[in-house]
Amino acid sequence: MRTIGVLIALAGALALQTTLTGLTIAGATAVNLVLVAVIYVALAFGPVAGLLAGSAGGLVQDALAGGIVGIGGFSKTLVGFLVGLLGAQFIVAQSLPRFVMFVGGTVVHELCYQALYALVESRAFRMPWSAALTQAVINGVIGILAFQIVESGPGLMQRRRARGATLSRRQF
Amino acid sequence: MLNAEINDEFSISFSIQPSAFRITVIDLTPRTPYRQRTGILFGAVMIGHLILISAQVQSKAGVPVLEGVTFGVFSRLQGGAAGFFRGIGGVWGNYVGLRGAKAENEKLKQEVAALEVRLQEQRALASRAERLQTLLDLRSSTTVPTIAAEVIAGNPNPGLMTVTVNRGSADGVQADMAVIAPKGVVGRVVGPVAAHAARVQLIIDRTAAVGAISERVRAGGMAVGVDGDPPLGMELVSNLADIIAGDLIVASGVDGIYPKGFTIGTVEKSERGPSLHRIIAVRPAVDFSALEDVLIVLVPARSAVIDSREPTQEKK
Repeated sequence: MRTIGVLIALAGALALQTTLTGLTIAGATAVNLVLVAVIYVALAFGPVAGLLAGSAGGLVQDALAGGIVGIGGFSKTLVGFLVGLLGAQFIVAQSLPRFVMFVGGTVVHELCYQALYALVESRAFRMPWSAALTQAVINGVIGILAFQIVESGPGLMQRRRARGATLSRRQF
Repeated sequence: MLNAEINDEFSISFSIQPSAFRITVIDLTPRTPYRQRTGILFGAVMIGHLILISAQVQSKAGVPVLEGVTFGVFSRLQGGAAGFFRGIGGVWGNYVGLRGAKAENEKLKQEVAALEVRLQEQRALASRAERLQTLLDLRSSTTVPTIAAEVIAGNPNPGLMTVTVNRGSADGVQADMAVIAPKGVVGRVVGPVAAHAARVQLIIDRTAAVGAISERVRAGGMAVGVDGDPPLGMELVSNLADIIAGDLIVASGVDGIYPKGFTIGTVEKSERGPSLHRIIAVRPAVDFSALEDVLIVLVPARSAVIDSREPTQEKK
């Protein structure tokens, strides 16, 4: 059940990402929903789930993007594993720590991604810090929202079901 | 009541807690720690990604990195394996193969010895062919009739400078006929002449004499054999004659035996004598220690005197 949920989350993130590719800031994509999904899975289910989700999501994203397949997968695998490891060691139940994880994960992902491409293309390493930090903040916000929705969603549904039952039992 | 816990480090532990007693069973079979499994999985996935990237990226040589690295690694392994098997083969060949080496070595030595003998025979044949060719050229260039002869023996008496040739009266050879070689005058036939052999007195013999003349200054004299080195001397040359070391001495033809103009030797030393004549030492042109093939001039002595009266231009 958990695996299916992760796969659905990744697929949905990929589908939305292709829709939002036109949304750019300073020439770089403003959000990376696949990375958000990977970090979410890592925080929620641990380092193994995080690295597997990062590997799968990164490879598919690379294949769809048309570049060298494996660079995005390598970066997201690394981020998923590290975030999952840190999430297992520290208490990351509050919004602020989670936000820091999303921001840090995005920065690490971007560093690794740019470094690999510089190595492959035999050029100097360049890090677009402004675009990376912007994306990191946006990813963080979306990630926090995702956690809020997922954690509050079942309770809200239950409360709505209960209210509906109560109303139906009242007799006027 | 039954409580069960799944521990990361152990397989299972459960305890049964009824009201009166409690039984706790713990299986202490150790398993691979969770963190180690996670690390292994992480490493495997990362390596898989690197391999995937390497398969797509080309090196500066235009070869995929994966292919280049794989080939490089396996070529080292192949080199090691080839060296290993070569070593085994070497041990086999250098030990087991040596069992027949001694017999083969002896056989090869015999073959080499036989080949060396054949080589020497071939060398001798080649040298003889070269000498005969030279002799043939000489014979073609002379105006007097000649016949080739081979020196078959020296003189058993070391005091006499004579040799025996394999031509005799059956070939038209007579006594006092001149004997020449490509490099110069050798000697004359001395009697008696056998049917197929004749004795030749060399010009370096103490009793031999050749009418001689200096080619440069045309000073005449007589070349005689002497004891010592060089074994030729020129006598009866006036002290006034300008003969110096290096002058070529040739046959004058006045003796009626040796053809005029044929080389006798080179002046090695020339100095004024105490009396009227110079003291001249002549180095013979012919190497008498290596005499093998000669030409016998088939002209009797009297005819030679007649030829010597012809102008030298005809010789040219």
